[in-house]
Amino acid sequence: MSGKGGVGKSLIATTMALLLARDKFRVGLFDVDFTSPTTHVVLNAGGLKPIEEKGIVPPEVYGLKYMSLAFYLGGRALPLRGQELTNILLETLAYTIWGKLDALIVDMPPGISDLMLDMLKYVRRAEYLIVTTPSKMAFETVRKLIMLLKDLGAPVLGVIENMRFSDTEHIKREVETLGERYLGGIGYDMRLEESLGRLDNLLNTRFAAEVGAILRKIVYLKT
Amino acid sequence: MHEWALAEAIISAVSDVAEREKLREVNSVVVVIGELQQVDRNILRFAIEQLKQGKLAGAKFIIRTERAVFTCRACGYKWPFRGTNLPEEVREIIHFIPETSHAYVRCPACGSPDFDLSGGRGVWIASVRGEG
Ligand SMILES: Nc1ncnc2c1ncn2[C@@H]1O[C@H](COP(=O)(O)OP(=O)(O)OP(=O)(O)O)[C@@H](O)[C@H]1O
Ligand SMILES: [Mg+2]
Ligand SMILES: [Zn+2]
Repeated sequence: MSGKGGVGKSLIATTMALLLARDKFRVGLFDVDFTSPTTHVVLNAGGLKPIEEKGIVPPEVYGLKYMSLAFYLGGRALPLRGQELTNILLETLAYTIWGKLDALIVDMPPGISDLMLDMLKYVRRAEYLIVTTPSKMAFETVRKLIMLLKDLGAPVLGVIENMRFSDTEHIKREVETLGERYLGGIGYDMRLEESLGRLDNLLNTRFAAEVGAILRKIVYLKT
Repeated sequence: MHEWALAEAIISAVSDVAEREKLREVNSVVVVIGELQQVDRNILRFAIEQLKQGKLAGAKFIIRTERAVFTCRACGYKWPFRGTNLPEEVREIIHFIPETSHAYVRCPACGSPDFDLSGGRGVWIASVRGEG
């Protein structure tokens, strides 16, 4: 999650799910950015169809169970109002049969949004991973998000600084001042774009290695 | 949807009503199902007939459908879901996640995708009649 758009939430969420699945964890990836899902682009999975049988059985991609509204939209735009987002969240939560999982990674839309409030309200067991960039402008909003989550007592796993291009430590200091865990930085990777939709390539990028290092920290914290 | 589980839930809800209202016998029950709800009415009817017993044994179960209606937020026009011409697979998607209609349906009067879809969801018991 992030207060800010375009900071790398979807790519980090998808890469984490793929890495966990490669390590034989039972993992699900749920794209709840209903108006603008993107994780299917990373997975090259827009053409998949879930099986409907007393609910929706999410299709498997690279060993992970995957659910996105992209399956149902055929590339069309989906203009929605706030309450409709809530309805879709509740419908998909109710119908999707995830089975037993070690982790369900949820890719959130940007912003301090309706969907964030709904997650806080309905998905009480969720823990939040925050993504920011080194930009002061990004962190301006991310700081507010972190303070809000703290106020609400929502568990924050830590903060990831994505798209780093220099060695400054100001985000790390800011995060620690807020009393949160700085989970690490991910460098700006010029070669990333060409790996989108090609999973073997993606998992061999420097980006994936850095996501992997952060993931190991999180798994270590959780076990 | 799981029709047998739904039938059990309906029977149990009606039994509760009969108990609360101190009915000796239930004569008729009206069950309303939203048109977007994927319930096989024949299986549901059959399951209810198999499961009803005791005070409910002689009750007549009437199953009604509540229609779903679109109302355009841009121009106010209203139109029924049922009249909308859509391919079968799109219909199935909309049954399952009604909000996806914003990707497939446009207001017939002004072309807007900004409409409200009301009704047509859920299952409820509208009335229970019997003798006290
Ligand atoms: N470390 C990185 N190096 C280079 N490009 C990156 C990096 N992280 C993300 N990107 C690219 O930045 C763009 C935005 O990433 P992504 O879509 O994951 O962000 P997001 O936070 O999910 O955006 P939104 O808020 O719109 O959901 C994508 O094109 C992605 O490939
Ligand atoms: Mg995203
Ligand atoms: Zn209209």
